[in-house]
Amino acid sequence: MAGLEDLYKEIVIDHYRSPRNRGELETPPAQHAEGLNPLCGDEVHVYVQVEDEVITEVAIGGQGCSISQASASMMSAAIKGKSLAEVRELSTAVKSMMSIHEQSLEDDDSGVLPEPPEVELGDLEALKGVVKYPVRIKCATLGWNTLAEALQS
Amino acid sequence: MSDAGQPTLDTAAVRADFPIFDGPVNGRELVYLDSSGTSQKPRQVLDSMHAFYVEANANVHRGAYYLSDQASRRMEGARTKVARFIGATEAEEVIFTKNATEALNLIAASWGRANLQAGDAVVLTVIEHHANIVPWHMLAAERGIELRFIGIGEDGHLDLSNLDTLLDGAKLVSFTAMSNVLGTLTPVARIAEAAHAAGALVAIDACQYVPHLPTRLADLGVDFMAFSGHKMCGPTGVGVLWARREILEAMPPFLGGGGMIANVTLDGFTTAELPHKFEAGTPPIAEIVGLGAAVDYLDGLGMEAVRRHEVELTSYFLRTIKERHGDDVTVHGPSEPSERGGVFSFEYKDVHPHDLSQVLDEHGVNVRAGHHCAKPLMKELGVGATARASLYIYNNESDVDRLVEALDDASDLFSF
Repeated sequence: MAGLEDLYKEIVIDHYRSPRNRGELETPPAQHAEGLNPLCGDEVHVYVQVEDEVITEVAIGGQGCSISQASASMMSAAIKGKSLAEVRELSTAVKSMMSIHEQSLEDDDSGVLPEPPEVELGDLEALKGVVKYPVRIKCATLGWNTLAEALQS
Repeated sequence: MSDAGQPTLDTAAVRADFPIFDGPVNGRELVYLDSSGTSQKPRQVLDSMHAFYVEANANVHRGAYYLSDQASRRMEGARTKVARFIGATEAEEVIFTKNATEALNLIAASWGRANLQAGDAVVLTVIEHHANIVPWHMLAAERGIELRFIGIGEDGHLDLSNLDTLLDGAKLVSFTAMSNVLGTLTPVARIAEAAHAAGALVAIDACQYVPHLPTRLADLGVDFMAFSGHKMCGPTGVGVLWARREILEAMPPFLGGGGMIANVTLDGFTTAELPHKFEAGTPPIAEIVGLGAAVDYLDGLGMEAVRRHEVELTSYFLRTIKERHGDDVTVHGPSEPSERGGVFSFEYKDVHPHDLSQVLDEHGVNVRAGHHCAKPLMKELGVGATARASLYIYNNESDVDRLVEALDDASDLFSF
């Protein structure tokens, strides 16, 4: 498919076809959130179990387009066994890769965006191409935003 | 074709009127199949708006000076054109709003608040656009009215088997004249007759109807009709509410402000005559002028010819996509072209609609993907989203062929 290789990388399609950590966890002890992209109806359900500030178990449910579902699957593989601090860094790095720079009004007003954390993104790098398709950024970040909600719940 | 021999459209000549087809878009020849979302605009409409700004721009109904009079004349001329186009008996029954959504909200907020009490029923259908559901939910939350829904039956048609029960005690029936998802043409006159017999008023969302079929209000027999300008070759920013004079006169005003008053004192106000009573503030004058030009353009083509063209192209679409893709494709809505418009929500293999529209975009084929602002209908259909292709006056068989061929690429990429 000419032109779309950057978006639909082989590893993305692989995660879409064979999603990792698919299922549910019992709540509690697990925490849970359901994310919805109201524009297109993509749904991602995230279950995480946290013990001693470490994500010990993760499960993903929902339905939607290849990017939303593959991104959630890749996220689940990347965060399992990681500390919450590491997961926060990963999340910031993934969003920054998609040109979402989270800055609050309280941050310094130099106009210079903070450098994204230097983290090994691994397979998550494959989602880099999404930045060229702005309407799909919401699909790609749905899993990460839902994870943040689940961790707050 | 039952209408064989009757004039249809010269799509090559029509396309020449639309500058967007002049050159490539994003490097590709444009196959625009999202006219249900918004139509493209002919040069005649763009020129009319440009001419308004360079020749006659002033605020309307305000000044005694020549220019303001010119602006008012162009705007009111457009109102007359729109009234004739839909078969209204008086131009004053045509209220300009910012879009069809505002027109439907106006019915709910003004007529609804004045006429509906707790326990009163409003009948809608499960195939409605959110614009004809949410205003009624809002009123239900405020007033405790009951909402009832006509369901969906065979082949994408409404299920009217329990219509009499649904109408029992209803004050209003508000429904789409043509589904923006299924293309279904609903039996407007039949429902209107039954509703009136039961003592209810009738409103239709005609966003997908007025741009595509000859519209004669007398034949439809409704009390309110809402539609948008931008789906019928006009600009965004202007919509229409039509309602019968006696209903509009009895309704309280919607927005308050300049233009809609007869008098204002520190103690209160009185409202202006129709249509100004419902047009507070400076209206979208240039857009109204543009809508008038759009009506002239469609009149020039002839709405009978527009409808014939769309029925023919609908037949071609349904036949071609089935011949090429067989059971790999599911097209929702009526299978008989004469019972529907050229709006096709479809599913292709297991490819998600978003991915489908992304792949089609690589071929320059513009289709919409999502719930099309009809989430209750998506639930009825048992899908989260669909891809939707929709046809208009500038589309031709080649556009359909390009869509049908491009589907193969999605298959290569996503089939499991």
